[in-house]
Amino acid sequence: MSTPKALRPSPALRLASNGFLAFWCLLAAFPLCWIAVMSFKVPVDAFASNPFSVLFGPETRAAGKGLSICDLLLGLGALWAAFRLATQRLPSAVVWYSPPRYRWLGWIIGVLVFGLAVVVVFYGILPALSRVINPWLGPLGKPLIGLTLEHYRAVWVENAFYRNFLNSLLVTTGVVTISLTVGTLAGYGLARSGSTLAFWLLVVALIFRALPHSVLVTGYLPVFIKSAEILRPIFGDAAPTLYGKPWAVIFVLVSINQPFTLWMLRSFFQNIPRELDEAARVDGCTHFQAFRRVIMPVMWPGVITAGLFSFLVGYNDYLTTSLLLDAQNMTMVPAITSYFNAETTMTDQVEAVAAAVSITAPLFLLVMVFQRQIVGGLTAGAVKG
Amino acid sequence: MKLKTFAAFVGPSLFLMCLFIAAPLVNVIWQSFHITQPIMETVAVETVTPGFLTSTVTVEKVTRPVLDEKGQVKTETRFVGLQSYRNVMASEKVAALLEGGAWGEILKIDFYKALRFTLTFTLITWPLVIAFGLAVALAVNAAVKAIRGPVIFVSLLPFIITPVIGALSIRWLFVGDGIMTAFLEWWLERDIAMFAQGWTIEVLMLFYRIWHVVPFVFVVFYAGLQTVNMDTLESAIIDGASRWERLRYVVVPHLMPLIVFISLIHLMDSYRVFDEIVGFTSQGHVISLQWLTYDFLTPDDSGNRAISRAAASSMLTMIGIVILLIAPMRRTWAQHKGGQL
Repeated sequence: MSTPKALRPSPALRLASNGFLAFWCLLAAFPLCWIAVMSFKVPVDAFASNPFSVLFGPETRAAGKGLSICDLLLGLGALWAAFRLATQRLPSAVVWYSPPRYRWLGWIIGVLVFGLAVVVVFYGILPALSRVINPWLGPLGKPLIGLTLEHYRAVWVENAFYRNFLNSLLVTTGVVTISLTVGTLAGYGLARSGSTLAFWLLVVALIFRALPHSVLVTGYLPVFIKSAEILRPIFGDAAPTLYGKPWAVIFVLVSINQPFTLWMLRSFFQNIPRELDEAARVDGCTHFQAFRRVIMPVMWPGVITAGLFSFLVGYNDYLTTSLLLDAQNMTMVPAITSYFNAETTMTDQVEAVAAAVSITAPLFLLVMVFQRQIVGGLTAGAVKG
Repeated sequence: MKLKTFAAFVGPSLFLMCLFIAAPLVNVIWQSFHITQPIMETVAVETVTPGFLTSTVTVEKVTRPVLDEKGQVKTETRFVGLQSYRNVMASEKVAALLEGGAWGEILKIDFYKALRFTLTFTLITWPLVIAFGLAVALAVNAAVKAIRGPVIFVSLLPFIITPVIGALSIRWLFVGDGIMTAFLEWWLERDIAMFAQGWTIEVLMLFYRIWHVVPFVFVVFYAGLQTVNMDTLESAIIDGASRWERLRYVVVPHLMPLIVFISLIHLMDSYRVFDEIVGFTSQGHVISLQWLTYDFLTPDDSGNRAISRAAASSMLTMIGIVILLIAPMRRTWAQHKGGQL
């Protein structure tokens, strides 16, 4: 459908509108791109006041760490090949090798293998290759852009950031699984029951959503610290101290996020025609059988969206995890603030930048893969009520 | 659906919400009226120091905690009424200041400092977020189809990023002689230190929050714009409405339910402002209500957590959000009754 002529904006307006859009995109992407660039430079370059020193990193280059033209070409080539592989070969390979019923498993394995291959190529093979080629290329082999991976090494290997990564992985996996299991059941129930009770439950959930998280954490903290004492009459000596336990935090995050999940999933289930489960009921299914056999196969788009938002809650949370977990079970986001104590040096700062970029990278991939679902989730609650 | 089946479907979720939202809430209310302290006793301790001819005997009165048979400090919990609230709100100090006429001094007390910031933060970002989000949505809607996908992708980045990291990434642009500070210094031809005084940090925080929320507002409005009635728009054109009038009288009324929805969500979320304080490490200059509670809950140098005060301050925070949300909630309620939702 083409826009009617009268609705078409004048050239001046179109210019202004597109200029504004370009400005917004720059604003949206700049801080993130910039910290990504910073994380590859030595501290003097990373916090330089001249943007070109940050981009090209003269000090980093002077320290002998950098990319030559040949490295750049190699890297870009490999990047392009990886992109082609991911968008074209990978999907067909997954479809080819995995039996139709286990396609999701095939995708998980395929993505893991691909990720591993990318890491091996970019961190293992390419650097080794460039070390061999560069010396006999003459001027083409001289470093052009400063680049160093030392901060990433410091963060992941020396500061054992992978431990925080594993904790984050545990917490987010737990939050997503439990929140979806509990949430889909309740969302389906709420969508299909037209009773006043269901309506009031939704209103209460909305009120719960407004509660500041610090209020709830104030409620948990004293109980969690003393939980071994409180639970002793029930569990005997096996009573656990909930403070510092990742699974306790998982349940807390699931519950905090439950109101939001309920609202979102309810609106998704309302879009699935009632006739579908009514037909199953006529054929003699109970409500649970109808849910299991008829609704479950068609609900995945909505569930994936709700899962994404649960993932974000578990992954991005600072307040709850930093108060309820102890140092050894800390997730990635609270752990990053340990770089900002009194005796912070420039190097610590750049390491913090590298850690921040490491935390952002999975989110970046997430938007790339699930853009459509995220947009769908954002509008689900609003447009359809 | 029968009540029993409904209960079976909703049960687990309801159980979790009762156990982890409703029960803690009751606990917080209870805590805010009680205080738990170690039981102290005052004993006279006689110290005998050997000396020449006679020993020196000193008697000192020492206050120490009472220990139980396991060697643990005995604690007692007692009802103190509104004591914790008075502590948090520093009511005596405020009364003295009010009598002395030093109104400005009140804003230097932690609670009022936090309240002032939280409220101004919420109310300033609110219209800005809606206006900016609407502008982006209109611009994307007017752009050619091919660039919409990439623009939406880039726009989602600030929304999806971890709030603390987002705040940090903006802070790193300005910290010390970072490139943005250098740019501002060059532009305004004066020395600038963004993190030396409160108001510049506040400006950065406002900027961060708008940057973070605009994608969400944009996506919601963009979806709403797809359903604007074309016939109404065309008849508006025939009636001679200018572009601005069409926006004012056709598009905005169409988006009104969405504006109310976004206001509701935004008020809830920005009233909870907390991650910015951590990301910008601004607690020396600017604090928010959630941060105040967080600070009470963090162990101090001797390892104690001020639970009762935290409970009192979270109760006050909650009262604030209730007052703030009454207007948009009533609006939503009216829409629901009118069958618009």
